[in-house]
Amino acid sequence: MKVVFERPRALSDVTTHYCPGCTHGIIHRLVAEVIDELGILERTIGVAPVGCAVLAYNYLECDWQQAAHGRAPAVATGIKRALPDRVVFTYQGDGDLASIGTAEIVHAANRGERITVIYVNNAIYGMTGGQMAPTTLEGQVTATSPRGRDIKQAGHPMRMAEMLATLPGVSYLARVAVNKPANIMKAKKAIKQAFMVQIDDLGFGMVEILSTCPTNWGLQPAKAMEWVDEKMIPYYPLGEFKVPGEVK
Amino acid sequence: MPKVEFNVDRCKGCELCAVFCPQKIIKLSEGINKLGYHPATVKEMEKCTGCAICARVCPDCVIKVYK
Ligand SMILES: Cc1ncc(C[n+]2csc(CCOP(=O)(O)OP(=O)(O)O)c2C)c(N)n1
Ligand code: SF4
Repeated sequence: MKVVFERPRALSDVTTHYCPGCTHGIIHRLVAEVIDELGILERTIGVAPVGCAVLAYNYLECDWQQAAHGRAPAVATGIKRALPDRVVFTYQGDGDLASIGTAEIVHAANRGERITVIYVNNAIYGMTGGQMAPTTLEGQVTATSPRGRDIKQAGHPMRMAEMLATLPGVSYLARVAVNKPANIMKAKKAIKQAFMVQIDDLGFGMVEILSTCPTNWGLQPAKAMEWVDEKMIPYYPLGEFKVPGEVK
Repeated sequence: MPKVEFNVDRCKGCELCAVFCPQKIIKLSEGINKLGYHPATVKEMEKCTGCAICARVCPDCVIKVYK
């Protein structure tokens, strides 16, 4: 009898602070599996955000730098330019990347920085207690939209993947989800691609990952997985928006 | 015989493994673990096929799978 599944080497053997059923944990594991498969653990540097993933440096065995809120792509730019032989990635939530850090992500992508961005979209600010994010869906109830997001007042939920895919500096851009086994397998493939374009020096790579926040959505973990299918995917379609060598 | 092993004190009782297990053999235990949650467990291990779906949906990497 052989082991067919176990903790990847790049994933620290510790209990995380994430809430029960939060899919940040699945995404961490997928990044760790990809780092193991590419054999890059010793030369990988992560840049952690402000948000629930602020402590990611405790959970992956690579080197880390924690950045000010939204500034991870700028910090990653500096690290990659100073140490071009390292594999540099950011791990950012939607509050971090699509709100306070909008300028940094747009310009890093536009400059075609050789970095990989893991963008975790859970349609809410998790860490601070469930306030509305730029990605919150129309009608979604949050702490700061108790009657549901009103698009006349708050604008439309932002589709970062589609927006950034228009920039020539971007080499790979996909949106995936981690709400069921088949989607988790596809998410891992996309994460690997986003690291590969950096290793092959092709340009900027990003994966937007639809993730759950059972605590602030007020849903059981399994129901939160269904909510991704029912509410998020219809507005945030899954797929590859840009692959190397193609301008869409 | 395929089997799964739980790192009991890492489990947060989210039940995602139980919901996604195609054999429906995972349940939460009556007792609580060190974290204060009812951890996942399997009674009828002979029904496990070693597909590892439970392990892939677990956000806390609690499950090791043998086949
Ligand atoms: C400069 C600054 N402004 C605001 C905050 C408060 N703050 C902490 S986390 C956060 C948003 C986190 O949401 P997101 O990036 O979606 O990550 P999640 O927690 O949902 O994973 C905010 C606004 C801060 N820490 N620093
Ligand atoms: S608050 Fe939400 S995003 Fe943060 S750990 Fe809990 S479930 Fe995950």
